[in-house]
This record gives sequence, C-alpha cells and structure tokens, in this order.
Amino acid sequence: MKIAYYPGCTLKNRARDLDRYARETASALGCEFEEIPLWQCCGGAYTSAKDEIATKLAAVRALAAGRDMGGRVVTVCSACFNVLAQTNREFLVNPDFDFKVNNYLKGDPAYHGEASVVHYLTLLRDEIGFDAVKARVTNPLKGKKIAAYYGCLLLRPSEALAFDDPEDPSVMEDFIRALGAEPVNYSMRNECCGGYLTLEDREAAKKRSNAVVRSAAENGADFMITACPLCMYNLTKNADEKIPVRYFTDVLAEAFGLKEGAAE
Amino acid sequence: MNDLKDRVVRMSGSRVERCMRCGKCSATCPSYEDMEYHPHEFVYLVERGDVEKLLASESIYKCLTCFACVERCPRGVEPAKVVEAVRLIAVREQGKNRLKPDDLPALTDADLPGQALATALRKYAK
Ligand code: SF4
Ligand code: SF4
Repeated sequence: MKIAYYPGCTLKNRARDLDRYARETASALGCEFEEIPLWQCCGGAYTSAKDEIATKLAAVRALAAGRDMGGRVVTVCSACFNVLAQTNREFLVNPDFDFKVNNYLKGDPAYHGEASVVHYLTLLRDEIGFDAVKARVTNPLKGKKIAAYYGCLLLRPSEALAFDDPEDPSVMEDFIRALGAEPVNYSMRNECCGGYLTLEDREAAKKRSNAVVRSAAENGADFMITACPLCMYNLTKNADEKIPVRYFTDVLAEAFGLKEGAAE
Repeated sequence: MNDLKDRVVRMSGSRVERCMRCGKCSATCPSYEDMEYHPHEFVYLVERGDVEKLLASESIYKCLTCFACVERCPRGVEPAKVVEAVRLIAVREQGKNRLKPDDLPALTDADLPGQALATALRKYAK
C-alpha cells in the first residue's frame, strides 16, 4: 500500500524522529509513505473564521496533492491532522469557501474536498490493523505502564475529525496493548496541555501542563506518549513534575526493534 | 443588529441566539480562571451586541482553541469560534498585533517546535 504523506514543518526539524520512525514503522508494515512534493506549512492552527481564506491555502494544496496521489493524505503530527481535516470539512459544508478558495488557487482541476485525511494512528487501527502491528512486534514493551495523551487536536472538533470518540477515545490504548504494554487510565488524557499559550502567558500554560502530567503520574504512568510536538514541549518543559514523554512512533519503532541499540 | 455584532456572527458562523445559558462551556474551559469574560459570557455579550467590552479584554488572548466548549455545548453554539472572531477583529486593526516577529527570539528556546511559532502567529498576529 502507498499513501500520500504530509510531514509538516516540525517533523523536518525539531521532531525529526517523529517523521523518521513513522516512515520506517509504516514501511515495516508494508505501507509506503510517499511525501507530497513541495508541501508548505499548514500554519499550525486552523482559523475558524469564515472570512479567512489565504491562511488555509497551504492545507488545500496538500489536500489536492493527496487527491492526485491516490485519494488520501496521512499525517503524523496532531496539528497538521487537525488543520487538514478541518479545512477539508469546510469544502463539504460551506460552498462559499469552495468558491473562494478555487478562485484563488485556480487549481487544475479545482479542488472540492475529494481527498480524505487520515492520521497514522487510525491508519494502524482501521487498515493495517492492530493485530498486524502486534504480529510485527519483536521487542514487546512488557510491564510498561504508558499514559496515552490525546490532548485536543486529535479529537476536536469530532464532527470534522472523525478520529475517535472525543470523550472516551481508545485508539492509543489499543495501540499500547498491541505493543505488549499496559495503558494507564487517567482523567486528563483529552484535556489541553496549554498549547500556544506558552508564548503569551507561560504561567497559565504551566497550570495546564502540570494538571495533565500530575494526573498521568498519580495513575502510575512510567511514561506518556503523544503525537504532537507542541504537547511534547509543554509536557516536558512546562510541567514541574517530570515523566518522560515520547512520540508514539518512537515507541512503535522500539517495539519493532528498529531503533539502534534496541534489544531484538 | 449592530455592525460589530454582525461581524462576529458572520465570521464565527455561531448561532449565539441558541445559547440557553447552561454554562457548560465555561465549566469545561481550561482557561476559566485566567479569563475575565468566560465562554458563555462571550456568547451572551455578542448576542446583546456588547462586543467592545470583549475587544478590550485580555480574555481574547487566553483561549487555547482547545475546542472543549465546542464539543460539549449541548446547543451547538461553538463559543470558541466567537472568541476567535473577536480576537481577529482586535488583531486585524492596524498596529494591534499582539505578537510581533521581533518578540519571538526572546520567547523561543532550543526545544520550542516551529509549530508553536506558526500557531502563535496565527492566533496573535494578522
Ligand atoms: S476553546 Fe477557548 S473558550 Fe473554549 S474551552 Fe477551550 S480555552 Fe475555553
Ligand atoms: S454550553 Fe452552549 S448553551 Fe451552554 S452556555 Fe455555553 S454556549 Fe450557551
């Protein structure tokens, strides 16, 4: 299986391992991530205002490339996933948006929301299957208690993202089980880490990351996993309590024995 | 309908008149204690046409766009979109960027992802 891949800006610098291990683990499962040529930064955040068109064009270009490369786009970063999926949704519910965007882009052919946007986690769940993931594991993470951190961007708005149940998600817990580890249940797994507020009001952002990390720690987590570089930053830099936070792709690569030095 | 209210309603697409003042949006808001006006008050003040108060308040910069209020509102009012529209009206004014590219070096460290800068500029600057 081949699928168009949108890495996003952060995976090309600060979060290189998120990118590398996503591609390597997918490949180990028989799925090739084909990077979209000349992709541009999605902007990091979807602007909900109806009169914002220009800020959404990079996402539209990625979606149109996905359509032309087989009909789908896979992302690994939560923010890219959120922006692409919300942008795509707007084509389906807002004809005015479709009209204005296509006036700007003069794409050939015009784009009307034909692509579908998937996250690597739901690709693992829905197409590759966690049974196949489990079968590929050579280095099971036995005895590890892992706290799945969803945050906001993978789940909300659920109407546009259709990722998982926004109040009681399970894809990351099933992922953890497939790797032979034990998921930790904790109440803050789908609450905000403080996000971009760290640049505007660090103290306020710290309260958010503290609440999340404390909740994971109190419930016995050895480490947390995330798909989002900004969550990674907030949970590791802004929280007073320190628990390791890892990208889900990093943990997957370890379980597959793809990391240097990992026991085979 | 006054002009500012009309702009917020059209930009946000929010049906503010559907709000039943249950307060669920504010109860779930992670920035509640850092806001002067809370999500349900944004909705109420916009419905009343009282947008200036919100424009002048620091509250517009405290919203995390976490969308908890959107997901959990029983009436589909989408308060976060109201907050975003008011903030955009504020930062789109000439010279009113909350965050300027010149501010960034002082706020950045070696671990901060590019995603954070891109997002903050989307939220706090035009
Ligand atoms: S989106 Fe903003 S207003 Fe709504 S709950 Fe989150 S922080 Fe509060
Ligand atoms: S949750 Fe919805 S209906 Fe309830 S106060 Fe907030 S906006 Fe109004």
